[in-house]
Amino acid sequence: MKKSVSALMLGSALLLGAVTQGLAQDKVVKIGSLSDQSGLYSDVGGPGSTLAAQMAVEDSGLLTKGWKIDVISGDHQNKPDIGSNIARQWFDIDKVDVIVDVPNSGVALAVNNIIKEKNAVFLNSGAGTSDLTNAQCSPNTIHWTYDTFMLANGTGTALIKAGGNSWFFLTADYAFGAALERDTTAAVTANGGKVAGGVKHPLNTSDFSSFLLQAQASKAKVIGLANAGGDTSNAIKQASEFGIIQGGQKLAALLMFITDVHAIGLPVAQGLSFTETFYWDMNDQSRAFSKRFQERIRNKQVPTMSQAGVYSSLIHYFKALEALGGNPHDGAKVVAKMKEMPTDDALFGKGSIQPNGRKIHPAYLFEVKKPAESKGPWDYYKTVATIPAEEAFTPLAKSTCALLKK
Amino acid sequence: MSINLQALSAQLLVGLINGSFYALLSLGLAVIFGMLNIINFAHGAVYMMGAFAAYFLLNFAGIGYWPALILAPLAVGIFGMILERTMLQWIASLDHLYGLLLTFGLALIIQGVFQNYFGSSGLPYAIPDALKGGMNLGFMFLPIYRGWVVVFSLVVCIATWYLIERTRLGANLRAATENPTLVRAFGINVPRMITLTYGLGVGLAALAGVLSAPINQVRPLMGADLIIVVFAVVVIGGMGSIMGSIITGFALGIVEGLTKYFYPEASNTVVFVLMVLVLLVKPSGLTGRAA
Repeated sequence: MKKSVSALMLGSALLLGAVTQGLAQDKVVKIGSLSDQSGLYSDVGGPGSTLAAQMAVEDSGLLTKGWKIDVISGDHQNKPDIGSNIARQWFDIDKVDVIVDVPNSGVALAVNNIIKEKNAVFLNSGAGTSDLTNAQCSPNTIHWTYDTFMLANGTGTALIKAGGNSWFFLTADYAFGAALERDTTAAVTANGGKVAGGVKHPLNTSDFSSFLLQAQASKAKVIGLANAGGDTSNAIKQASEFGIIQGGQKLAALLMFITDVHAIGLPVAQGLSFTETFYWDMNDQSRAFSKRFQERIRNKQVPTMSQAGVYSSLIHYFKALEALGGNPHDGAKVVAKMKEMPTDDALFGKGSIQPNGRKIHPAYLFEVKKPAESKGPWDYYKTVATIPAEEAFTPLAKSTCALLKK
Repeated sequence: MSINLQALSAQLLVGLINGSFYALLSLGLAVIFGMLNIINFAHGAVYMMGAFAAYFLLNFAGIGYWPALILAPLAVGIFGMILERTMLQWIASLDHLYGLLLTFGLALIIQGVFQNYFGSSGLPYAIPDALKGGMNLGFMFLPIYRGWVVVFSLVVCIATWYLIERTRLGANLRAATENPTLVRAFGINVPRMITLTYGLGVGLAALAGVLSAPINQVRPLMGADLIIVVFAVVVIGGMGSIMGSIITGFALGIVEGLTKYFYPEASNTVVFVLMVLVLLVKPSGLTGRAA
């Protein structure tokens, strides 16, 4: 009882603090980089995303103009309940203004609701589910880097056009896998293909042989990997072992990051095609950023598209804050300003944010180079096609976001 | 779902392959527990170190898969012996819990260090040329490397069982566990024997790591993901029982393989469901002697 009384007192004190802070516009910003810091997605986001956030703070130039900006990080361990707890603590105690990254769609959807409730800002870069800008869209959320619709649309459509008209899915058994399978199925059927079947595997599976045998037995022309990170690289590596490619079936890695290609190695990964929105070796600006990034990251990796997205989204966030003349500590207001302004940064170039919170920019269909074509570590992709920003993401007319119905 | 006999036999074989990793790892755990009374939570970490040792040998010394099969377990085994000499031997007389906590802490430290330098996605390790390709068995395409893993680990498991249950050395070892003072009186250096046994158990885990390097990614967390399952295997088989851990290892691999076919969503949990059932019915494990 005593405990609950003091908790109540603490709670009201915090509430009071939040109210007083809410009224004042100042030049203090706190960024929370919420990610998988040690599990299967930690190379995709993780410490690299925290570094990208730090670099965005330094590059924004706001520090020299008297702003005080802090970056903190948290490990959601791919568990929605842990992610939610961290987010609540960040808002209630640490006074965080904006949460970035958040890979793992399950965690992202959970955190999305809390951010709306607390009127903070959510710049999601790491999660895939297109629900963030459709059924679950929020005035406080911008989905920055990629989504399942874009992946399905880019890779799925390209493979069907190349003759892969029957599909079998290996799907990670959680929100992201389900969304990616749903969106890819839509792209497949819209282009005249059919889905022959699929199997759901638990997240973080090390042995895929059983699932691959089922995919092999299905005789589908394309095996769609609706999973990510370590799951995808294990599946690809083992597919090559079981002679799936030699047997004439094609693998569609629906979501691949540069770190996955690095982990698999070019001899096995060569020829895979997939869609991404950022590659470190695209132009001088991306190369310069990647070089600085590599020098500071512990495992010397190049930035993934998620990490690049964290940087890019924060650069735009800072521009919006500057335009507002300070931090109003009002998430919806900041996000509205961000949507108003066209985006332009070193990594994603020019783009814009749609009313449903979807950031749009071009997507690229990449193919993994043959070992002989690669000049060294991380020289892995060649661009096959560029999908213009307007075609890469869900058309606004088809978005089910409630924000659009006003 | 209709049962397809071909697919079913394929799943059985795949289960057997995974089972051989479970068997090798649980065997090492059983040896360590049976002889040293230590619940070695660092087992997953040394398994991972075995895979990394193979990777280092290849990339920094140009030493390929075959020598690594001996050198990596040897190197990691020596590392294990150092751990035993410097830390574990001091807590041997204390409750099991202390050994468990110490090795658990060691595992976290080792994993953390590797993760700091190598990230989480892992590193590639190619299948040796001699074992590349596969053969068509009619009901499935069997990668030659996987066939090799099953045969090789079976041989290693049986050899270890023979060493401990059927040789003079093994007899001394078992006697030393029962009554160290008496065995010492016969002029046998018991502490050294214990150290070597820990080295053997750790070496077995490292060997499993080398075997798995070409199949899975060489990842800092590869052991952490596996170790919980392996502990369940040991509990089901009966703590400390050598043959029990070998048989349970292979059997659970098969059960898991079948689950992946009939109800894939449960494939991560089936081993633990079995563990609960076994603990309820026969708490000492299937082949364990009642304490």
